[in-house]
Amino acid sequence: MDHIRKRKLKEKAIEALLLLCALLSVFITLSIVVILASESFGFFQEVSLAEFFTERQWTPLFADPKFGILPLVAGTLLTTGIALTVALPLGLLVAVYLSEFAPHQAREIIKPILELLAAVPTVVYGYFALLFLTPMLQQFIPDLSGFNALSPGIIMGIMIIPYVSSVSEDAMKAVPMHIREGSYAMGATKLQTAFRVIIPSAFSGIAAAFIIGISRAIGETMVVAIAAGGMPSLTANPLEPVQTLTAYIVQVCLGDAPHGTVAYKTIFAAGITLFCMTLGFNLLGYWLRKRIREVY
Amino acid sequence: MSDIKKRIRYNKFWNYLFLIIGLLSTLVGLLLLCVLMIDLALDGASRLNYQFLTSYPSRFPEEAGILSAWVGSFLVLLVTALAAIPLGVAAGIYLEEYGRKNWLTDIIEINTANLAGVPSIVYGLLALGLFVNFFKFGESILTGGLTLALLILPMVIMATRESIRAIPNSIREASYALGATKWQTVQWHIIPYSTGGILTGVIIGISRAIGETAPIITIGALTFIAFLPAPPLTPEFPFLSFQWLMDPFTVMPIQMFNWVSRPQQAFQQNAAAAGIVLMLMTLIMNGLAIYIRYRFRKKIKW
Amino acid sequence: MTETSKAETKNLSFFYGNFQALKNINLSILEKKVTALIGPSGCGKTTFLRCFNRMHDLYPHNRYEGEIILLPENTNIISPDIDPIEVRMHISMVFQKPNPFPKSIYENVAYGLRVRGINKKSALDEKVEKSLREAALWDEVRNRLYGQAFDLSGGQQQRLCIARALATDPEMILFDEPTSALDPIATSKIEELIIELKSKVTILIVTHNMQQAARISDKTGFFYLGELIEYSTTDKLFTAPAVKQTEEYITGRFG
Repeated sequence: MDHIRKRKLKEKAIEALLLLCALLSVFITLSIVVILASESFGFFQEVSLAEFFTERQWTPLFADPKFGILPLVAGTLLTTGIALTVALPLGLLVAVYLSEFAPHQAREIIKPILELLAAVPTVVYGYFALLFLTPMLQQFIPDLSGFNALSPGIIMGIMIIPYVSSVSEDAMKAVPMHIREGSYAMGATKLQTAFRVIIPSAFSGIAAAFIIGISRAIGETMVVAIAAGGMPSLTANPLEPVQTLTAYIVQVCLGDAPHGTVAYKTIFAAGITLFCMTLGFNLLGYWLRKRIREVY
Repeated sequence: MSDIKKRIRYNKFWNYLFLIIGLLSTLVGLLLLCVLMIDLALDGASRLNYQFLTSYPSRFPEEAGILSAWVGSFLVLLVTALAAIPLGVAAGIYLEEYGRKNWLTDIIEINTANLAGVPSIVYGLLALGLFVNFFKFGESILTGGLTLALLILPMVIMATRESIRAIPNSIREASYALGATKWQTVQWHIIPYSTGGILTGVIIGISRAIGETAPIITIGALTFIAFLPAPPLTPEFPFLSFQWLMDPFTVMPIQMFNWVSRPQQAFQQNAAAAGIVLMLMTLIMNGLAIYIRYRFRKKIKW
Repeated sequence: MTETSKAETKNLSFFYGNFQALKNINLSILEKKVTALIGPSGCGKTTFLRCFNRMHDLYPHNRYEGEIILLPENTNIISPDIDPIEVRMHISMVFQKPNPFPKSIYENVAYGLRVRGINKKSALDEKVEKSLREAALWDEVRNRLYGQAFDLSGGQQQRLCIARALATDPEMILFDEPTSALDPIATSKIEELIIELKSKVTILIVTHNMQQAARISDKTGFFYLGELIEYSTTDKLFTAPAVKQTEEYITGRFG
């Protein structure tokens, strides 16, 4: 009897240990929230919320500092917008092509190469944006400044294509064959079937893919840090330098902001803005992906 | 009759047009990848030599090298792997084998899914507050390794869960029917059969971690490190030293970032060379992952 | 009353890769009649059916041999020179599991018309109502034409699929075990529908339910292991089968 009880105890202990490891992810999220919130709280003791949201300049390291988050948010939205203009349509087109048109062997070759696109380190993309794409674009757009939002935006877009295309493709492949056959049996072509039947059926999955793309673009750091410049500016002009929330944090950390100063706390203020933006999108994407599993 | 034929020709025209557009869209990404790699190679290949690989960074671009950077990358990734693998696999096992459908598992799942989408720089901020300031690990290899471990944890968990899910229930039932406990089943069946998938996921996670720059910058890794961390093996007892864990460090992507940010053309060439090494490391790891996935898929056919 | 042929198969064979699923089938489908195909699982009856609208073309490693001549055009519809899409514009199919599109009821029926370039609302309205009436579904859905097709019951969904198939005025409709996923009441509604429809369009139906074949068809073909064992008027096949195998199958000795 005794050794059975010992064994049961051991089983329970192991289960508890494994549960602790699983709870780690909850702990991490809580830590992120606590740290961002507490440091930001310190920040907002010194800077009013009104100034934070309405001031049009972000110059925390100047002698007369201004703490308006809008220029950084504008920078993030501008680069993200350009990236998504590239990534969402191309990602969807690639997904449709691979899911409905491409022959089997072509898929087997193309998919790993696309995955490679997502695996390239972002510093390398940053290098490419600054030293190859910008000079090349300057030949067509003479007004393009050396640091701008267009070049990193385009590179980010292409970098994000695999995220959008692979989740969209999974969603489309999950549409059962007999629905496709119903469309083909009516004399429809692959194009008609893809856009009139498959995409509407796979809608939640495709929406989830788009949201993953959005999240990824908002959170991208190195490409914009290298190629977009370090001057926050409230602009919608992609030909000028901008600074994103992410690039700003990098800029401060490379410098010498001592722990405890307002300048140091600004990075957490920027961080919590960033976290809230991506959190909203991530939750939406998670809910949408749960929905696909319900429909079939 | 001819009306239908006309309509069919119209439909098929658009169909064919889309085929071209779809193919071109797919090739855009592939084309960019090729151009990028060629550009990198053209810019930096000439700089790649033994001296480059074994020198410290320097104010003079011709004398600068990536020694401290790749040693730093290696050590940091070692810590990352040692931290992320047991924690991630354990979490994955719990969620697949032990978890019941209740609110707790739901919360864990939502969190894991959310963390996979959190920008890497936020992990840097977390590490700054938690490891550097709270635990007082400082701007060390330990901090860097743990930060990246947190970053790739969701990947390891997902890879573990998917590999475990692929194991058919009949195997589990066979094990239980012979009187095995849950842990015995996990130990002798679940873990061995899912090793391939887990390993693949880990390697892909590590290959992502190799290229991560933002979180490492945030915790304060310096960009000009002209020394190596303390060696792990010492001549005196106890022959093993952990001092290197607490040493300052730099990593490959940071070194490349540092050189790209300098205006001198010679430094940009260095950056390209560092980029080539970084790309090679990434390609090798991805190739390794694909190879392992292939080998394990051949061995175990459900 | 003269009975005209709608389609004739001449030495039709079919291969899935190296496996020969149909062996030299010679069959004549009569116009505006119901022809049923019966046989045990795997005998080739569904394979045979799917040749008529070139469904096999969707998958690799499939090969046709022989001819299927569609009358009165006198075209061999499985010839590689003939576009499968064109064949499908003239021959519709209703599937085993009801497969309405995730669209409204109206749009489901209108789909085939839109594929053919008919987009004017007035023309569509007219055709949609006509097809739904012919499929005995109009009264049940007239007030919710724009509701989702998935909200209908299984039997209603299948009748929707039939309306969808009818909307394009096909020369022939292929039914692939249309009631096997439905309850008995829905089944009998569809059987009634098929009997009514035959005055308008030629029907070829595959069924594993012999009693169904006996109830609704004019001619029946018995398939076994890829061959057409016997083909005659339904009455004769079920009461006085000429081939011993047919008799054994009908009396339940196998299959």
